[in-house]
Amino acid sequence: MTKNINSQEEAVLHQAKISRRNMLKTAGVGGVGVLLGATGLGGLLTIKEGKANSTGKKDIIPFYGNHQGGITTKTQNHVYFVSLDVTTSKKEEVVKLFKDWTIAAALLSEGKPVGDLSSNEFLPPKDTGEAEGLSASNLTITFGVGPSLFVKDNQDRFGLKQKQPNELVDLPKFPLDALEEAWTGGDLCIQACADDLQVAFHAVRNLIRIARGKAILRWAQTGFQRTKQADPGQGTPRNLFGFKDGTINPDVKNEKQLNEHVWVQPGDGPNWLVNGSYLVVRRIQMFIEVWDRTTLKEQEKTFGRYRDNGAPLGQKDEFESLDLKQKNDQGEFYIPVDSHTRLSHGDGSQRILRRAYSYSDGMDAKTGSFDAGLLFLCFQRTPSKQFIPIQERLAKMDKLNEYISHRGSAIFACLPGVNQGGYIGETLFN
Amino acid sequence: MKLLKVSGILLLSSSLLFGCATTDKATSTDKVKETKNAASEALKGVTDEYRKYAIGEIEEFVKATEAFTTAVKNGELANAKDLYGPARMYYERAEPIAEVFGDLDPKIDAREGDVPEAEWTGYHRIEKGLWVENTTKGYEQYADQLMKDVNLLRAKVETVEVTPDILITGAVDLLNEVSTSKVTGEEDRYSHTDLYDFAANVQGAEKIYQLLNPVLKKKDEELSKEIQTRFNEVYQLLNQQKSGDGYKLYTELTEGQVKELSQAVDALAEPLSQIGIVTEAS
Repeated sequence: MTKNINSQEEAVLHQAKISRRNMLKTAGVGGVGVLLGATGLGGLLTIKEGKANSTGKKDIIPFYGNHQGGITTKTQNHVYFVSLDVTTSKKEEVVKLFKDWTIAAALLSEGKPVGDLSSNEFLPPKDTGEAEGLSASNLTITFGVGPSLFVKDNQDRFGLKQKQPNELVDLPKFPLDALEEAWTGGDLCIQACADDLQVAFHAVRNLIRIARGKAILRWAQTGFQRTKQADPGQGTPRNLFGFKDGTINPDVKNEKQLNEHVWVQPGDGPNWLVNGSYLVVRRIQMFIEVWDRTTLKEQEKTFGRYRDNGAPLGQKDEFESLDLKQKNDQGEFYIPVDSHTRLSHGDGSQRILRRAYSYSDGMDAKTGSFDAGLLFLCFQRTPSKQFIPIQERLAKMDKLNEYISHRGSAIFACLPGVNQGGYIGETLFN
Repeated sequence: MKLLKVSGILLLSSSLLFGCATTDKATSTDKVKETKNAASEALKGVTDEYRKYAIGEIEEFVKATEAFTTAVKNGELANAKDLYGPARMYYERAEPIAEVFGDLDPKIDAREGDVPEAEWTGYHRIEKGLWVENTTKGYEQYADQLMKDVNLLRAKVETVEVTPDILITGAVDLLNEVSTSKVTGEEDRYSHTDLYDFAANVQGAEKIYQLLNPVLKKKDEELSKEIQTRFNEVYQLLNQQKSGDGYKLYTELTEGQVKELSQAVDALAEPLSQIGIVTEAS
C-alpha cells in the first residue's frame, strides 16, 4: 500500500514539475516540511547541500550526509557495480585512497569532473571526459568494505582485525550455489547508480583510475531497469522473467522501518558502522530460454503472483498484503508452498531493502544462450537475521531454482555517510 | 607497430606516412618551445642522453639481427629460434625512436595481417616459418631483406631529432604497447616469446624515467618515488616468470598471472603518465 502512496506522490510531483531536488530545496525553506520528514532525507540537508541547490541543478543527490546515497535513494535506471582487491599493504595508502575517493565522489555527484582541465598539454587530462556536459543524472556512489579487507589468508592486513564485525563474514554456502571465483568476493566495492549509464561508468572509471597502484578490479557488472522515461507511472519494475520484482520492500520514507531493517544501530556491533548497512550482492544467472517455454500457469505458480498485474495469486492488487492461508476449490494454497513469494516472505519478520537490477552480458559463449540475469543487491542491518535465513529457505525449495543459478556472491559493509571535510571510512580507519 | 594500427591505407604510401610523422614532430617541437626556456634547457641534456641510448640499442639490434638472419640462412633452426626473442628486445627498448620511421617499422616488425600478405616481411614473417612450418627453408630471402632494413634503420636513426615530447609520450607508449599487444599474447603469436618484448618495453620506459628523474624529483619527489616503486613491482612479477636467461612462454602463464601483469602495468603507467610535469617551469 505504501508503494501506491509513493507512486501517487511521485505523480503529483511530476505534474507540478517539481523535481526531487526542488522538493528538497523547497522543504529547506520550510515549504513542505511534512513531506520532507517523511522522506527520511532531512539529515542530508546540510549547509553544503543548500549551496548545491543554488546551482539550480535538479538531478543531484547530495554525496555528504548521515548515510551514503544509493541505499534508500529511489532506484536509478542503471548501476555500474565493481568489486576491488586492495593491492597495497600500507594502511595509510588505503586511507589516502578513501580520502581521494571522497573528494572525487562528491564532485562526481554534482556532475562535475574529478579535476580541473590540465593546462599542460604534456599531461593526460585529470578527468576522463566522457561525462563532460552531462547532467549529474542522480548519480550516487556507495562504498563498502568486504571481510577480506580485515583478514585475508589469516593475515590481519591493516591492523583492522579487531574491528571486523561478526556479521561481516563470507556468506555460508547455500544449497545449489554455483559460485564462480571470478564473480565472488572482494576487499572493497563501489556501487555507482545513475539515470544514465555513461555517467555511472564515468564515475567508476575515474575512481578506479584514482585507485591505480592501490586497488585493482576484481569483477564488474552493469545492470539496468526500465527507465523512468519508459515508465512515467513508475510502477514496480519487471525482471527478465517478465514479473514485477521488488513489490515488498521496507518503506524508504519511514525512518523507523529503516532503522529497524536497514541501518546498523548503536550496539549492533562495532560503532564505526553505525548508520551504515550491509550489502549482499548475488549475481544470479537466469535461464531465460528455459523460462520462455514454460506455461503461464506454471510461471505464475513459480512466483506466486499473476504476471500481468503482480497481484498475489488468489488476490486482486499488487500491493495487497499476502494472504498465505487462502485455498482454492481443490483445497490447495493459492500461493504454492514452493513459490518464490511465499518462501521469500516467510513469517514476514525478515525484511531486506532490495535494489536489484537486471543484467545482460551478451551471449554465453559455451551454450549460445543469453548470458542474462539479475544483479541482486540488498541492504540490511543484520545479514544473519535477514538475507541468510531468507536465502536458506529459497535455496532449499524455491521452485524458481529450476530457472536460475547463483554464479556470484559477495558481502560488504557499506560505510556510514560523512559530512564535508571528513572522508568515507574515517570511523573505521581512525 | 603502433603506427600500423592507424590505417592500412596510409601504409600503401609509406612516404606519405613518413611525411605526416615529420609534420607532427615539427608541431610538437613548436609546442615544446612554448614552454619556459629553463625547462627546455634542463631537458636538453636529457634528450641528448636518450639519443645516445637509443642509437646504442639499435647498434646492438644490428648485431643481434646479423646473428639471427645468419642462423636462418644457414638452416640452423634451433639456433634461430633461440636468437629470435632476445634479438627483438633491443628494438623494443628503443621503440619510441625506431617507430619514427613509419616506412621501416612495418617492414621489420609487422605482424601477420597488419600489411597485405605480399608485403609482409620482417621478424614476424620469419617467426611464422620457424614455429609454424618448423623450417628455415624458403625464408632466406626474408632474412636478407630484414638485414637490409635493419641496416637502413641504423643509418636513418642518426637523423632523428629527439624532442622532450618523444620522451614524454614514448615512456607511456612503451607501456601501452605492453598493455595492448604483449600482455594479450598477440605480438609473438607463433613463438609465444611475448615476455621478452614485454620486459624490453618496460626497460625502455624505465630508461626514459631515469633520464627525466633528476628534473622530475625537483618537481614532485612523491611522484618520482611512486613510479620507481611501480617499476619494481612490475619487475618483481616479471622475474617470477624467468626461465634460464630468458622468460617463460606466454602460453605457460596462467590467466591469473596474465591479469596480474596487466594490472601491474596499469598501476605503473598511470603515475608515469604524469611525467610531463617536467616541462613545467619550476
